[in-house]
Amino acid sequence: MKQKLVIIGNGMAPGRMLEHLFELVPNAYEVTIFNAEPRVNYDRIMLSPVLSGEKTYEEIVIHGDGWYVEHGIVLYKGHKIVAIDRAAKTVTSDQGVTESYDKLVIATGSVPFILPVPGANLPGVLTYRDLDDVQAMLLAAQSREKAVVIGGGLLGLEAAAGLNARGMDVTVLHLMPSLMERQLDAPAGFLLQRALEARGIKIVTKANTKAIHGANRVERVELAGGTMIDCSLVIMAAGIKPNAALARDAGLTVNRGIVVDAGMATSDPDILALGECAEIDGQIYGLVAPLYEMARVAAARLAGNGEASFVHVDTPTKLKVTGIDLFSLGDFADGPNREEIVLRDAAAGVYKRLVIKDDRIIGTVLFGETGDGAWFNDLKKKQADISAMRDTLIFGLAYQGGASLDPMAAVAALPDDAEICGCNGVCKGRITGKILEKGLTTLDDVRAHTKASSSCGTCTGLVEQLMALTLGDKYKPGAIQPMCSCTDLGHDDVRRLIKAKQLKTIPAVMQELQWKTSCGCAKCRPALNYYLVCDWPDEYADDYQSRFINERAHANIQKDGTYSVVPRMWGGVTSASELRAIADVVDKFAIPTVKVTGGQRIDMLGVRKEDLPGVWAELGKAGFVSGYAYAKGLRTVKTCVGSEWCRFGTQDSTGLGIRIEKFMWGSWTPAKVKMAVSGCPRNCAEATCKDVGVVCVDSGYEIHFAGAAGLDIKGTEVLGHVKTEDEALEHIVALVQMYREQGRYLERIYKWARRVGVEEIRRQIVEDADKRKAYFDRFVFSQKFAQTDPWTERAAGKDRHEFAPMATLSLEAAE
Amino acid sequence: MNAMVENWIAIGGLADIPPRGARRIAWGASSITVIRTAGNRLFAIEDKCPHKGGPLSEGIVHGDCVTCPLHNWVISLETGQAQGADEGSVRTFRVRATEEGEVLIWAGDLVAISGGRD
Repeated sequence: MKQKLVIIGNGMAPGRMLEHLFELVPNAYEVTIFNAEPRVNYDRIMLSPVLSGEKTYEEIVIHGDGWYVEHGIVLYKGHKIVAIDRAAKTVTSDQGVTESYDKLVIATGSVPFILPVPGANLPGVLTYRDLDDVQAMLLAAQSREKAVVIGGGLLGLEAAAGLNARGMDVTVLHLMPSLMERQLDAPAGFLLQRALEARGIKIVTKANTKAIHGANRVERVELAGGTMIDCSLVIMAAGIKPNAALARDAGLTVNRGIVVDAGMATSDPDILALGECAEIDGQIYGLVAPLYEMARVAAARLAGNGEASFVHVDTPTKLKVTGIDLFSLGDFADGPNREEIVLRDAAAGVYKRLVIKDDRIIGTVLFGETGDGAWFNDLKKKQADISAMRDTLIFGLAYQGGASLDPMAAVAALPDDAEICGCNGVCKGRITGKILEKGLTTLDDVRAHTKASSSCGTCTGLVEQLMALTLGDKYKPGAIQPMCSCTDLGHDDVRRLIKAKQLKTIPAVMQELQWKTSCGCAKCRPALNYYLVCDWPDEYADDYQSRFINERAHANIQKDGTYSVVPRMWGGVTSASELRAIADVVDKFAIPTVKVTGGQRIDMLGVRKEDLPGVWAELGKAGFVSGYAYAKGLRTVKTCVGSEWCRFGTQDSTGLGIRIEKFMWGSWTPAKVKMAVSGCPRNCAEATCKDVGVVCVDSGYEIHFAGAAGLDIKGTEVLGHVKTEDEALEHIVALVQMYREQGRYLERIYKWARRVGVEEIRRQIVEDADKRKAYFDRFVFSQKFAQTDPWTERAAGKDRHEFAPMATLSLEAAE
Repeated sequence: MNAMVENWIAIGGLADIPPRGARRIAWGASSITVIRTAGNRLFAIEDKCPHKGGPLSEGIVHGDCVTCPLHNWVISLETGQAQGADEGSVRTFRVRATEEGEVLIWAGDLVAISGGRD
């Protein structure tokens, strides 16, 4: 019979422990988890990228709901355990649930240390531990006001950088003379301070917080000495302490943390503790690598291996702030019998220091250039005698033994037991071994099988180099298909970094993201222009030189260099006066071909470029505006006649089509968007092969999306059913905005949906009303700057140069 | 004819050509495109892609190249040669801007094109 395993806490350490446990003894335990947070296990190390906007919560989930189901785990979300009855072997939650256990694991983590100063409990004072904190910070950051971060350690600085990236004016208060003094020496601390100040973050060192003031909420922070700093938000990041209260109440031995032996057992042999709440040998731990080691040991013990023991290993520290490279390891204090090797390059902002004792590395600090961190870590771990390479040691692995400077060679030269992923303790040999054994070809596969690069991600480059080395030509970094040959970044990374780094011009993107060409190419420039138009609708100045000719000339170029002109006919409905105006224009400009399009519009083909403004002026007099038939944007909403005429019609499909078109025209999208509204399930408007379609039914509106009827043929997916026209419009607009924000340039909706998942889109648009509303609002905001008819503007003289030759040379002139 | 061969002919103001942009010069039945790069270099080439005759004046200008709007051939402005795997070339013309910002084209090159066609 299965034993009952109860776990208090659902963080990364118990999550990892369960993974190991299920691998070792798949059917030994029936597992129940109580999580005080109302959610699944996610990667807390990645909270900083969520704060800065470089990742979303969905991207940092480690175990989705499916994982718990798959392993038969009962997960109580939002249940805080209030009592452990060791005699009865039960735990009880604040919501009244009692569970019995054979083995209990306490993984309650840590709580932030709140400075005991007056005002520390005012609204506006936040900590930085979990997703709720991040969400509260994001909300506060919308004000773009002033924030004070108390604590210049790892967590505090990541919070400060995140809030800064979100547009807040941030001041960091640090008690000690230099930042991150536990991980960095003073020169590296200075360089870090300079790098952060260059981003506009103010840093006050030797700052002793005396009080937080405010009438109803935070208004300012007072330092000892009387300095006042105005702010509307205070982040307490002065440290953490193990959350051991529950264990203490249960009578377990508690010192600073819950005291455990090397096998993770507490003073009660049936109760284990691990993670930030545990104390081993007087040490408590906050970095992920030792916590994962505890998870490994606890799982082995639960599986019956009495030998598994926790051994302390120094863990390198890295700061997860994009653009700041920092690495710190071991002991770097000055001392007798210690020597140091230092390399400085002031212009490049590089500082490297090795602390040596008895010809062995005992500490390393790297700033600005951290590529050799893995190698130094390896030398330190092995206690390698470095006397033979002492003169060139600081230059790194590539300089040893006259080897080439190729970074691939440096990775190739690393021994098999060199650690690549510090968070998960994965060495080179394990990665290359798994690649060969399992035939892994993608980064995601390697992450799934080895865990390397799956936590903080700073070793991703190394892992990719290992894949390239191991697989040779077979390695195609498919997951990161670059946008074009001007960059190594893929579309998704570029989009993320445009938001995260607040890049608002094409030159800024190319500079910051290190484009390899001076001004891009015909592939990346239109993509970047779209991303910037979409992300900064009010601030970005559309760069017409980066648009394809069709969008620059607002007509479709034909094979002979003439253009076709398609006026907007809302919902495909026209009138005698409109048709008469079109006939007159065709006569006046001798337009050779007139054709009805698949989207229920009239196309005039063969218009000379210089005639375009004249054609538009005439059409404009009849009330026509541009039909955007040339745009990566909303093209047409095709309709049937619906309840107004048709004896089968259930709703006013024509009216809804016109309403959608009037609401959404002018919006730019990653690729063209074609829609349709059918008045009944007979579907005469063919809505079920469109990018977005609506099929009206008696009870309301069935919303479809992700169809295709071009290169690929694909029926639509059903997004959902709504009762009213207003709801239908809100869902469609939100869906298109989600696509606008996530789609890769030239990626149609059905490809985007296949990539992100139909379920996920439904979850965000149908199930999450707040998210839907937020997408809707962002679309509406962006339309304020988009709905200007380009034809009217050009008929009135805008971009006149686009439509006439600069000069006409007669042949005789030169002869 | 000889007198004109030594001449530069004014064809417009530099300010009329946006950086990373092009203007078309009508030249009898054909066209020349004058292109200004991001680095403010001026080039003039035949406005006719060697592939299917697409108007290069409508292309996207990047570096010292232009991409044809019809099928994305990339043409070097310096040499007139198609780049990459594509083969073909367009005529190039000498062009320059005066300090006052006037754009001039070398008449001698124009003779060559009309002579070539006739």
